[in-house]
Amino acid sequence: MSLSSAAAAILLGAVITLGLRSVPFLVFSKRHMPEKLVQLGEMLPSAIMAVLVVYCLKDAGTDWFGIGLPKLAAVVIVALAYRLSRNTLLSIFVGTAGYMLLIRLL
Amino acid sequence: MKKEAWKIALRESLPILLSYVFIAIAFGITMSDAGYPWYLSLLSSVALYTGAYQFVLVSLMAGGASLVTVAVTTLLMNSRQMFYALSFVDEFRSMGKRLPLMVHTLTDETYAVDCSLPRDLPERKNVLFLVAVLSYAYWILGTLLGAALGQILPWNLEGIDFCMTALFVVILIQQWEKTSDHFPAILGGGMALICLLMLGPDRFMLPALLITSGILFVSKTGEVQKS
Repeated sequence: MSLSSAAAAILLGAVITLGLRSVPFLVFSKRHMPEKLVQLGEMLPSAIMAVLVVYCLKDAGTDWFGIGLPKLAAVVIVALAYRLSRNTLLSIFVGTAGYMLLIRLL
Repeated sequence: MKKEAWKIALRESLPILLSYVFIAIAFGITMSDAGYPWYLSLLSSVALYTGAYQFVLVSLMAGGASLVTVAVTTLLMNSRQMFYALSFVDEFRSMGKRLPLMVHTLTDETYAVDCSLPRDLPERKNVLFLVAVLSYAYWILGTLLGAALGQILPWNLEGIDFCMTALFVVILIQQWEKTSDHFPAILGGGMALICLLMLGPDRFMLPALLITSGILFVSKTGEVQKS
């Protein structure tokens, strides 16, 4: 792909993405969000975090030993580290270091 | 803007700093490997600003995909972004001139951090704004660094991107502990798994989010609000 069509592809993607990010603001630009949607918005964070965790693990099935098991093990490490230390950064650090170690050892 | 806001924003965005800088470096390297100049990497990070999709776009461009393919892929991969703003519509709109920037910079990671901030945080709106600006800056700086480094990076950093997963796991636990109603989290995780198994890794995200939001909307809203 030439540089100009690559730039066009990037800009097209950017316009669509900004459009998607704006949808709720455009829909509710004049009026307030209905109460039911406000309530949905309050429940969505925990639902979406669970979906995002699955999203991060989506390729586990394509290579159980190379990707799947190290990722699952590292997720357990993060969860344990957080339950024990209550420290976000430490948990992320321990889990990521664990994952990087596991993919090199397995 | 008070110093307090800067302090909180810098601390809360630290996980984003770690993951964004390394992933953005990897992105810059991928782009230069594919033969694209630094200013296109910069354009992609400034204008698109969605981690995973920017990588996909590199392979689409390298494969000479049509603009229609680009458009459809964008819609499918980034439609989840619509759902994030739902939790922040009124709050972001009350931020005046900062609104366009808040909308453009709402990513998976900034959404996760924004959700983890307490409602009664001092300087909350300034913190939200600074988290957005800082994260955007980390991503852009990382991209430039990656483009400059090319292939000469001395260490093998494979696996560093796991810090993003770790961030989501921690925030999921925080969300879980914040409420006695675990139905949304269980439903979201369960639906994502079912859709992943049925539709495969490339297509499960949008159906999972739509079904989860639909079920939550029908079954849970309109109840008496829990305190």
